[in-house]
Amino acid sequence: MSDDSRDQHRQSASESLLSPAGIGDGELEKVFDRLMVPGVEASDLYFQRRRHEAWFMEDGIIREASSNGDRGVGVRAISGAQTGFAYSDELAVPALLEAASAASAIARAGSSGRHPIPGRRHGHYLYDAADPLASMGADDKVALLQEADTAARGADARVQQVSASLVGVHDTVLIADSDGRLTADYRPLVRLSVQVVAVEGDRRETGMAGGGGRLDYHYFAAAGLAREYAGEAVRRALVNLEAEAAPAGTMPVVLGPGWPGVLLHEAVGHGLEGDFHRKGTSAFAGRRGERVASSLCSVVDDGTLARRRGSLNIDDEGEATACNTLIEEGILTGIMQDRLNAGLMGEQTTGNARRESYAHLPMPRMTNTYMLPGRDEPADIIGSVDHGIYAANFGGGQVDITSGQFVFSASEAYVIEQGRITRPVKGATLIGHGPDVLNRVSMVGHDLALDEGIGTCGKQGQSVPVGVGQPTVKLDALTVGGTQQA
Amino acid sequence: MTEPERTASLDVADKASLTPLIEQALDLARSMGATAAEASVRTSRGLSVRCRQGAPETLEHVRDRGLAITVYRGQRKGSASTSDPSSAAIREAVEAACEMARHTSEDPAAGLPDPTMLAQTPPELDLHHPWSIGAEDAIGMAQRCEAAAAGVDYRVSNCEGAGVVAREGVQAYGNTAGFLDGFATSQHAISCAMLAQDADGMQRDQWFSVARDPDELESVDSVGRRAAERALARLGARRVATGTYPVLFDPSTARSLIGHLVAAVSGRAWYRRASFLLDRLGEPVFAPNMYLTEEPHRRKALGSAPFDAEGVATSSRRLVADGRLEGLVLDSYAARRLGYQTTANAGGVHNLTLAPGEHDFDELVAGMDRGLVVTQLMGQGVNGVTGDYSRGASGFWVEQGRIVHAVEEVTIAGNLATMFRHITAVGADMDSRGTIRTGSVLVDAMTVAGD
Repeated sequence: MSDDSRDQHRQSASESLLSPAGIGDGELEKVFDRLMVPGVEASDLYFQRRRHEAWFMEDGIIREASSNGDRGVGVRAISGAQTGFAYSDELAVPALLEAASAASAIARAGSSGRHPIPGRRHGHYLYDAADPLASMGADDKVALLQEADTAARGADARVQQVSASLVGVHDTVLIADSDGRLTADYRPLVRLSVQVVAVEGDRRETGMAGGGGRLDYHYFAAAGLAREYAGEAVRRALVNLEAEAAPAGTMPVVLGPGWPGVLLHEAVGHGLEGDFHRKGTSAFAGRRGERVASSLCSVVDDGTLARRRGSLNIDDEGEATACNTLIEEGILTGIMQDRLNAGLMGEQTTGNARRESYAHLPMPRMTNTYMLPGRDEPADIIGSVDHGIYAANFGGGQVDITSGQFVFSASEAYVIEQGRITRPVKGATLIGHGPDVLNRVSMVGHDLALDEGIGTCGKQGQSVPVGVGQPTVKLDALTVGGTQQA
Repeated sequence: MTEPERTASLDVADKASLTPLIEQALDLARSMGATAAEASVRTSRGLSVRCRQGAPETLEHVRDRGLAITVYRGQRKGSASTSDPSSAAIREAVEAACEMARHTSEDPAAGLPDPTMLAQTPPELDLHHPWSIGAEDAIGMAQRCEAAAAGVDYRVSNCEGAGVVAREGVQAYGNTAGFLDGFATSQHAISCAMLAQDADGMQRDQWFSVARDPDELESVDSVGRRAAERALARLGARRVATGTYPVLFDPSTARSLIGHLVAAVSGRAWYRRASFLLDRLGEPVFAPNMYLTEEPHRRKALGSAPFDAEGVATSSRRLVADGRLEGLVLDSYAARRLGYQTTANAGGVHNLTLAPGEHDFDELVAGMDRGLVVTQLMGQGVNGVTGDYSRGASGFWVEQGRIVHAVEEVTIAGNLATMFRHITAVGADMDSRGTIRTGSVLVDAMTVAGD
């Protein structure tokens, strides 16, 4: 972000969030006076306004549409490893002072000394500040959904049900901290998704597809994406109509490019978040510098990709996001930090502090997590498998960061027999052990792809938008949770 | 901490103070041309503390408010919500909802619930028991909880956090058919997550207690001890050989099976014809002798409500009797789509209870000879359209009716329609910590994938 646009963001965010509430520099100073009692080393105020809308089409009609407005301020006081927090949906000086008193009470439990405040980098300009909700008239939004609906219904006679949703969010955030810094960001986010049910004989299956990012609605219209997502949802449902029972047991697994990168998010990503390292609760704790993956694997978390769903100009502590290398040629090199955990560990923040909203505390979170491309031809990777699974698409996943075990659930998968993809199998959960699994990566394709922009990550009850990606990857052995035993 | 803090039991607005907001929203909707409208308001506040390694880690003051409005213009519907209950914000929300209703389609099933279904004399269900605990006392409780956990065994190596939450709130709903009422609730919890470590590695597990009345919470010592014991029991976990085995779901994981049933008999899944139990009303879906009842008026229970999220009177009913599906889970929209009456499930189910069997958990283990006890499930591998089920699992391996070691990194797979029919026992070990209440559930055969 240039200095000019940074100043502009700050000024316009102040005008829209603070000025109407009569909160000026003097008032902010009073709030910080209230917060910075002896024992409190750092504090911040997170002002936020969120506009959100959702349009929902089902059975060929626009059935529901909603518009939601939310605003408030989160007040945080840090004392050593201790955090006091209060928030208010009233943007007014008395409410702020009350919240400041409540948050600063944490310091009375005693302080463990001042921790260094890591240096600050400037933010980026990765997406337009404009409100995506206003980017298109209501009739055009409706037309996008109708286009998806018509395309899905027209794609195949077996399609019986179609639903489609269009969601837009515009966040305005303004972060003031006890070092006198004031940073702001405008964050657009849009998503279009299509779900179908296809029926053949007595079999019935569902398929889903969608995409989006930190864009406005014209992204979908300009590239004909409503039609594309509809076609993809139908294709997935039809593939699953033909699917046979998936195998059960441990076997070679080839993961397709793009969204299957959810593997990285679960198997290593969460285990490399700084809070779990400071507390020693991650299976990866204390393993920096060690080999945790085959030398073919390099994994980054990159919050700086233009217009990506997981990207941010600044994180939720006002720090510029970065491209952080987590694993370099198999060696664990980096973890993701926020200010609190970095400070306590004597490290620098990596720009990974994120929070669901003003009503939640920030913590280290992923942005866009992906594996760098390798050299193999995707066809050679599949050709190398005698008997195994090719997983092209996934639902979600989950990890137990302490034991390291993780799962992710395939929603579109095929059997590989003698080097060829032969027939589709039903979705199945794949399970593995994070610190081991990437050691079994024996081939990495050159076909890096990022996902389409629909991912949401949950941690301790907080949801934030994220991205994942990877090239085609071969794992020599992974447990496939089907029903068909060899 | 030495000074008194704000307490959790701040005077949450009673329902009388919320009704003017609803009246204002409904009046505005009428004046802007809505033919019908409904609005809900909720407010809650509370205190949440978490301690770790003997010191407070977080102290959070929670305070939420919100108003939601839905307007109808004939059969067109639009919705909006705001976190700001000021008059200006309410007006803005009503305007936004009216604007949305200009762009949605005519939907013959849209509208308010049938007025005859609305709650006339909602029962008082004893759901509001504020807990006037201060931050200092809550921190003390969390510290004692962690200390009790840490004292169980030297292998209890680390703590993820011990927490105490006190929360209360009030919600109200009104519509232009003349309904306007609300009720206050409270919900408090003690939780603890511990790590245990030995030469093989680290394991984590947790325990919690939740109740409307703080006097009904389990003691902090007990919560801490159970968290530690559960983490210790997980040490030495390993995989088992791929095969077909009986699977005993403990009550916390059995709850999710009932959750899948609810999703499969919910109105939206049926009118979209996207359920593996489609058109099975009246037919056997569970093993015989199984009964699933909904008990919305159970006093103090976590899932109780005098009326649902659209003002419809709740009442007790059976969803499953002798294994047969007797009822669906409907709000008034889905009911109209399907030609049924609403079952008062707008907003969810209310104390669904799977009738317990005679045997406790240990007796069920003893009776299964060889198989898997599941205590944790991972991932979302459940297809509600086909019933195909494949999830990550951890728990314990049973040989000759006895637990012999902990299990991790396996999957269990099957089809829910078959699994439901093959439930051969429900335990007497009822877990009431949620809106679905069940004991352990034994499924006689599932595919376990491991080595």
